Amino acid sequence: MAAVISTAGLARTFQTKAGPVDAVRGIDLTVREGEILGFLGPNGAGKTTTLRMLTTLLKPTGGAATVAGHDLAADPAGVRRASGYVAQSGGVDPQITVREELVTQGRLYRLPKTEAVARAGELARELDLTDLLDRRTGALSGGQRRRLDIAMALTHRPKVLFLDEPTTGLDPGSRADLWDLVRRLRDEHGTTVVLTTHYLDEADALADRLVIVDRGTVAAEGAPGALKLTYGGSIDASLQDTFLAVTGRGPAPADSAPVAV
Amino acid sequence: MLLHDTALIYGRYLRQSLRSRFALLFGVLTPLLYLLFFGPLLTGLPLGGQGSSWQVLVPGLLLQLGLFGALFAGFTVILEKGQGVVERMRVTPVSRLALLLGRVLRDATVFVFQAVLLVLAALVMGLRAPLAGVLIGFAFVALLTLSLASLSYALGMKVRTPQEFGPLINMVSMPSMLLSGLMLPMTLAPAWLDVLSHFVPFRYLVDAVRDAYVGEYTSAHMLYGVLAAVGFTALSVTAGTRVFRTTGA
Ligand SMILES: Nc1ncnc2c1ncn2[C@@H]1O[C@H](COP(=O)(O)OP(=O)(O)OP(=O)(O)O)[C@@H](O)[C@H]1O
Ligand SMILES: [Mg+2]
Repeated sequence: MAAVISTAGLARTFQTKAGPVDAVRGIDLTVREGEILGFLGPNGAGKTTTLRMLTTLLKPTGGAATVAGHDLAADPAGVRRASGYVAQSGGVDPQITVREELVTQGRLYRLPKTEAVARAGELARELDLTDLLDRRTGALSGGQRRRLDIAMALTHRPKVLFLDEPTTGLDPGSRADLWDLVRRLRDEHGTTVVLTTHYLDEADALADRLVIVDRGTVAAEGAPGALKLTYGGSIDASLQDTFLAVTGRGPAPADSAPVAV
Repeated sequence: MLLHDTALIYGRYLRQSLRSRFALLFGVLTPLLYLLFFGPLLTGLPLGGQGSSWQVLVPGLLLQLGLFGALFAGFTVILEKGQGVVERMRVTPVSRLALLLGRVLRDATVFVFQAVLLVLAALVMGLRAPLAGVLIGFAFVALLTLSLASLSYALGMKVRTPQEFGPLINMVSMPSMLLSGLMLPMTLAPAWLDVLSHFVPFRYLVDAVRDAYVGEYTSAHMLYGVLAAVGFTALSVTAGTRVFRTTGA
C-alpha cells in the first residue's frame, strides 16, 4: 500500500517570552493508505502540534511532509482539500445552529448551496444529529458536540482524517459508536485515520498501528501486539505497561483537562 | 473563489450582527449622547469655518463612531480563536483574504448603518447639510472602518488574550480621537497642537467630511482627506492580509 502521509524530520519550535520551546523535535512518520494510526504520548509530547502542522495550521520550523500526495510547504491548498481535522477543543460557534454550521462548512469546501444543504442532512443522519439540526451548538451536550465536530470534518469526504482526542468526554456508548464510525470510514471509503487518544484500550481496539511520541520525537512504533512484545515483555502485556515502559512515566489520567493550544 | 468566499464569510458575520440587535443599536449610543448633551453647547460658539455647529460636530461624531467601533472589532477574533472556529476555517480551502475581507465588509456595513441612524438623529437636532455631502461622509466612515478593522483583526490574530488586546487599543483610540479634532476643529488649537494633529491620519478625514457637509467638494481638505483615507485603507488591508495569510501556515 502506498504511503498517504510521510514526514521527515518534521519539527516545530515555538518562540516564547520564556525562551524557545521545542514542541516537536523531528518526527519521521509513514502512514499507509487506509490505515488507522493511533498517535499516543503523554501530555505535552507534541501530538497536537504535529497534527496542526500536518493540517497546514502551523508552519514547521524544520523537516518536510506530504499528505495525500501534496507537499505541505509547496501545496498547502492541496493538503487542505484532501484532509479533515477535528481539533482537540472543537471548533463551532456556540451561537450558531447545527444546521447553519454544517451548511457553512460545506460552502467553505466550495459545495454549491443546494449540495451543501443536502450534504448537511446526510452528515446529520450519519452522525445522529438530525433531531438537533435547529439547536444552537452551545446548547449541545459534550458528546453531541463532538459528533458535530466530526461531521464538520467529514463534509468533503477527506482522504485523510485527523482526530485529536475525539472521544475525550464521551460516554462508553458514544465512544463505541465513534469507533464504529472510524472503522466504517476506513472500510467503506478507504479513509486514512490518524487519531490521538489517552485511552489505551481505545488505541488497542481501534488502531492498526501505534506511534508513541515523547518529548517531540517518536519513541516507539508498531502494531499493538508487536509493541507489547518488544516493550511490555510479552504479547499479553497490557498496553498500559507497554506505554509506561516506552515513555518511562505514567500516562496522564484520562479525565485530566486537555492543554489548550 | 475570492468573491464566493468573501460573500460566504460576510453573510456568516452579518447574520451574527443581526442576531444581536441590541449591540447593533448600542454602538450608536455614545455618539448619540454627544449629539444630545454636547451638541447644544456648541450652537452659539464661534467654531470658525462655514455652516452651523452641527456641520462641524456631526462629521466628527461619525468618524468617532467608526474609530472606536472598528478598533475593537478584532476582539471577536480572539474569542473565536478560543472556540477553535478560526482554526476550523483555516483547515478548509477557504481564501485567507476572504476571511479578512468578509469580516471587515460586515463591519463597514454595520458602522455605515449606525452612521445613518446618527445622521437621522442629527437632522432632528437641527443639522442641515447637502445630501451629496452626507453620502460622502458615509463613504469616509466605510473607508475608516475597513482600514481600522483590518488592523484590529490582525492584532486580534496575533495576541493571545483579550487582556493584551484592550490596553493596546485604548492606547491608540483615545489619543487618535483627541488629536484629530473629532470633537472640535483643530483650527481652534494652539499652533503646537495643530501641528501635532497633522501627524494623525484621521485629522485629514474629519477635515474632508466637514468640507463635504458644507458643500465644498473640491477643496484641498477634500483632496488630502481622500488621499489619506484611500492610502491608509490600502496600507491597513495589506497589513491585515499579510497576517491572515501567514498566521499558522
Ligand atoms: N503556541 C504555543 N506556544 C508555545 N508553546 C506551545 C504552543 N503550543 C504548544 N506548545 C508547547 O508544545 C508542547 C507540545 O504541545 P502539544 O499541544 O503538541 O502536546 P500534546 O501532545 O497534544 O499534549 P496533550 O496530550 O496534553 O494534548 C507543550 O510543551 C506545549 O506547552
Ligand atoms: Mg493535544
